[in-house]
Amino acid sequence: MGSRWTWRFLALPGVAWLGVFFLVAFYAVLCVAFGNQDTLSQPVPFWNPLDWNVGYVLDVLSNFRHGGQFLTVSIRTLEFVAIAMALSLAIGYPVAYFAARHSGRWKGLVLVLLIVPFWINYLMRMLAWINLLSANGWGTRILHDLGIEQLFIWTGLLSTRGGWLDGQPSAVIIAFVYGYVPFLILPLFAALDRIDQRHIEAARDLGASPFSAFLRVALPLSVPGILAGCVLVALPMFGDYYTPDLVSASTKTTLIGNQIDQFTRQGSEKVTGAVLTMLLALVLLLLMFYYLRTTRRAAQEAGA
Amino acid sequence: MSWLRNPWGEPRVLAVVTGLYILWSIVPVAIAVLFAFNNGRSRTTWQGFSVRWFTGATGSVFHDPELQGALKHTLILAVICVGLAVPLGVALALGLQRWRGPGGGTINTVMLLPLVTPEIVMGVALLLLFLRVFPNIGLGTPAQAIGQVTFTLSYVVVIVRGRLTSIGREYEEAAADLGAPPRDQLLRVVLPLLAPAIIAGAAVAFALSIDDFVVTQYLSSDASTTTVSMLLYASARGAPTPALNAIATVALLITLATLALAFVVYRRFASGKEAAQVAALEV
Repeated sequence: MGSRWTWRFLALPGVAWLGVFFLVAFYAVLCVAFGNQDTLSQPVPFWNPLDWNVGYVLDVLSNFRHGGQFLTVSIRTLEFVAIAMALSLAIGYPVAYFAARHSGRWKGLVLVLLIVPFWINYLMRMLAWINLLSANGWGTRILHDLGIEQLFIWTGLLSTRGGWLDGQPSAVIIAFVYGYVPFLILPLFAALDRIDQRHIEAARDLGASPFSAFLRVALPLSVPGILAGCVLVALPMFGDYYTPDLVSASTKTTLIGNQIDQFTRQGSEKVTGAVLTMLLALVLLLLMFYYLRTTRRAAQEAGA
Repeated sequence: MSWLRNPWGEPRVLAVVTGLYILWSIVPVAIAVLFAFNNGRSRTTWQGFSVRWFTGATGSVFHDPELQGALKHTLILAVICVGLAVPLGVALALGLQRWRGPGGGTINTVMLLPLVTPEIVMGVALLLLFLRVFPNIGLGTPAQAIGQVTFTLSYVVVIVRGRLTSIGREYEEAAADLGAPPRDQLLRVVLPLLAPAIIAGAAVAFALSIDDFVVTQYLSSDASTTTVSMLLYASARGAPTPALNAIATVALLITLATLALAFVVYRRFASGKEAAQVAALEV
């Protein structure tokens, strides 16, 4: 239809929108991070890259040295994300595997039930746990009666009885798993669903035991889905500040997201906040492009 | 572990794990909904059934000015967001799909980036943009709407493009052979065929807007720009009554009803598999 310019004309408003509100917005972060601040510590961005001032970036980087506050917080963030990701995978893989390969005629229903949490407001899901785990909540009582509370106290994961929401790293990690595991299950489901049953049957015919057929055929074929799912849960966890705020509200669980939130939105030091945002975005950009590349490749393979 | 010995038999262990997971993921929310109907001020002790936190004369969702304001603002933002993101997204999807020549790949990547950018990064970027580049817009409702459109746009594009790929170009070529001018090919052939994807895109944009928290919070100005999500964040720990559960329940019902409706419409016009992909946002 029409000349190719017609299509470009149609794309123009959307492209302009993303240009201004996405790309220019990121450029603004750089210009603030490499800018200055006035006497009221409000940011004074430097729009010309030739004027950029590295002073605040160096200040923040020096705080990453041994014993610095940002180093402690970053290591804690990495720890929390790594543990939550591993737990999400341990829970999500069997669920996705069952849903994709063994749910039979219940597949549609199981899929809907796996999608529903995805569409329930994240904060409402946190509210649900806050109600359950408050000092006299139903969850706290059940965990006490089942002896799980005692188990957590013995292992040092909980410091006081009923104190689930009093600044426990374990509570933040469990909330992360609860909050983000649906983001891992869905891409994993898609990857496992695509595996051709005949590959596994071929392995069995050639004498592989069911377990080694899983280990040496199904599992390797699902690795792209595992990685995509892990990236999809890691990205929002790295930028999360509200989960620790809600289930812990303690400096013992301050993550990099909390630090950025304090500096920028709540705001006294927006320049420092912009530097931290820029550094976080740089690190995560690798993960983001990795994910986009793998999904594009998967789409091409599906189309071919 | 019988499924290890025979993965084609009944994988009972996996079925149990999946069942427990589904219970774990849904029951806590169901209990939070239940407590919205508590006939008392406690959010942890059941005191009988009542709808007082929805319709009661004081402190209920429909009579408390703060709760009512938050619900209204959430819905206003969602309507603006759909109104802007859908036309922009449909046009961008059409343009990108047929884009020939340089620039297409770059635009495509930029279009996909908002889908994977952590919300705090986008929140900070937009906050600084409205404080320093567009101080005349500043923070508040317009900024919140613009921020939400910026990330929902990509979802609309991805959904519409999936449908464009599956309908192919035969119909519009047929229309062209029969002498339809380009404008008619677009308005009378392509857009009607895209209708299910447009409806699905609108529903997804609506739901994303209602559930959004970070970008909306970063771009808020005063109490009048508080949404339901922001209210949940601000008072989840200290909320005095189950009215908070009630307002969350109302928002949840609106979101799920919108998506369910769109799902049914989409299934009516497109294949079930396509509909499932849209629902799972893995197009």
